[in-house]
Amino acid sequence: MTRTRALIATVAATLVLIAAVALAPVARAADPIKVGFGMALTGGLSANGKPALLAVQIWKDDVNKKGGLLGRPVELVFYDDQTNPATVPGIYTKLLDVDKVDLVISGYGTNLIAPLMPIAMERKLTIMGMFGLANNEKYQYPNYFQIQPAGPDPQTSTAIGFFELAARQTPKPQTVALVGADAEYPQNAMVGARELIKKFGFKTVYDKNYPPSTVDYTPIVRAIKATNADIVFVASYPPDSVGMLRAALEVGLSPKIFGGGMVGLQFTSVMQSMGPALNGIVNYDFWAPEPTMLAMSGIKEFLKEYQGRAEKAGVDPLGYYLPPYSYALVQILGQAVEASKSLDQQKIADYIRAHEFSTIVGKVKFGKNGEWAKGRTLMVQYQKIQGTGIEQFRGPGKKIVLYPDDLKSGNIIYPYSAALK
Amino acid sequence: MFSWDLLANAVVAGLLLGGFYAAVSLGISLIFGLLDIANIAQPAFVILGAYATYVTNTAYGLDPILAGVLFTPLFYLVGAGVYRIYYGAFERRGDEALRGLVFFFGVLFIIEVSLSMKFGVDYRLVQAPYIGKSIDLGGGVGIAYRYLVPCVVGVAMTLVLYLFLGRTFYGRAIMAVSQDQLALRLMGANPVQIKTIAFGIGIAAASLAGALLISIAPVIPSTDRDYIGRMFAITVLGGMGSIGGTLLAAVILGVIESLMSTFFGPSWSLAVSFGILLAALAVRPAGLFGR
Repeated sequence: MTRTRALIATVAATLVLIAAVALAPVARAADPIKVGFGMALTGGLSANGKPALLAVQIWKDDVNKKGGLLGRPVELVFYDDQTNPATVPGIYTKLLDVDKVDLVISGYGTNLIAPLMPIAMERKLTIMGMFGLANNEKYQYPNYFQIQPAGPDPQTSTAIGFFELAARQTPKPQTVALVGADAEYPQNAMVGARELIKKFGFKTVYDKNYPPSTVDYTPIVRAIKATNADIVFVASYPPDSVGMLRAALEVGLSPKIFGGGMVGLQFTSVMQSMGPALNGIVNYDFWAPEPTMLAMSGIKEFLKEYQGRAEKAGVDPLGYYLPPYSYALVQILGQAVEASKSLDQQKIADYIRAHEFSTIVGKVKFGKNGEWAKGRTLMVQYQKIQGTGIEQFRGPGKKIVLYPDDLKSGNIIYPYSAALK
Repeated sequence: MFSWDLLANAVVAGLLLGGFYAAVSLGISLIFGLLDIANIAQPAFVILGAYATYVTNTAYGLDPILAGVLFTPLFYLVGAGVYRIYYGAFERRGDEALRGLVFFFGVLFIIEVSLSMKFGVDYRLVQAPYIGKSIDLGGGVGIAYRYLVPCVVGVAMTLVLYLFLGRTFYGRAIMAVSQDQLALRLMGANPVQIKTIAFGIGIAAASLAGALLISIAPVIPSTDRDYIGRMFAITVLGGMGSIGGTLLAAVILGVIESLMSTFFGPSWSLAVSFGILLAALAVRPAGLFGR
């Protein structure tokens, strides 16, 4: 009897041990690596958030086709942040505590990255930022890396090419009108522009903000026209960019150089609708289908895949603004995981900080505050756009890269009025 | 920086903007002002109208205003249907105050999300020969057609609605239902039917207002949120249910916004407009033409 009891006890103990080993939370080869994020799938920034999501999904599929990361498949866990910063803490707490994601990336845009920073710092996460302007200036958190090629001085990055190009023209323009929306990105860009105006010796004749819900931009444009400024720098979000541009054409605003920091003109739907009204505008951008940009490794394959899936996903059909960078962001994270052979947040961050990465948007090396070590915000000019057909925007010749010099694909048409003819 | 032509331009631009604001606010003036139904989904119906216009404009090249007019019968039927649901589920049971508000919140989100699913979240614009062109009135004063057309349509809508409410049987019945439902019933009219008609007209007005909106500026499904505050503010300032008051309040808001944008910096325009609204309500709590 005693022997039988001892046998039962031994079997039971063995079963418990087996069960304990089997149920232990040890990652197995088949367990996916979870990448978590919130993304603007509805709300004001969703026109960019949804294409960004598609780019990340394409990366996931590409990686999984090649066997995943560390031999494990990649899975995305994401939630709609509704372009509402208040949702971000809840989303990331759920991702980390309930979904148990292994890696996190930010949602799209400065306002959505800002509430993530304290969480990332508290939990010592490696955090990849998707198009945030100067989010880490205050915190200087060493494990933050941001993919928008703003460079070490994000506040001046939007405007530097614009004012440098203006300063190169002969005769040199003298006066500047500045106008921007009362929102975080435009205000940052305006601060940078003011700094550059001093640096290049221009004189400010108009410097005003407007609320983002403005309906009629004609009075603003008329007030700018009354100053007769040589340079008009606009820092705006998509509806205001369209409103400002239409009002400029209606009022007959004709400075020597016009544009700068207008968000939205890069979107295919806006380019199609505005058509020739864009001609002559000199504006910041991050990507253009010019030979100098298409030379980067892997970009053509990515764009082919993106454009093939864009219609079904109901997103920007060309994807030239944010998607290549969204893909590059997760490309870097994936390369760092593979190279450091670890999911340890600190090891991944140390690797990213110390190395240069080959991506579809070119070589990326991070520097101060997790920004690109060297800025690469493009300044492009819309030229010779005819009608509103989408096909003309697929290839080169319509959005000429003017700045920086190493990516230049053509010359500026100056003054602005000459490009309108 | 003051100049007379800047002042003239600012006033003209403000008047035009006011005409457009009136068009956008008429539906809410009818539904909220006269029927006392807090239809906060009204701006979403305006955006729905804008997308209907967008579809017909891009697919068939139809003029945006014409498209807006053509969709009014359909919007009327949708509005009548929505009111019947609202009546059956809330108003009849006396639950309309808070639950009705939640119902319209739901309708707003359903419209917004449906538009996002169907059209994505890209900014949508329409094409028309007059968009992007302007006329010179002389003396340095110019008018953009993009604002002139919505203003003319807005004033015309106001006039039609004003005449309808004052001169027709159903119009008078709508005015009556807002004052005394029991008396209306005693006169042999069915208040629910009258309210269904009024609600339908309010939503039909949103169709046309949406066409005007997308002629002026690009829209995404969430653009409605920019207009909720303005629409209700104009209705309250004009005096609940006063159609003429809505037009006047819209013009006041438009002109102040425009003057502030021109002379004192656009960032003050909305704050000052709403400051004046509060001041006006302090003096006349019932609004400019309130009963």
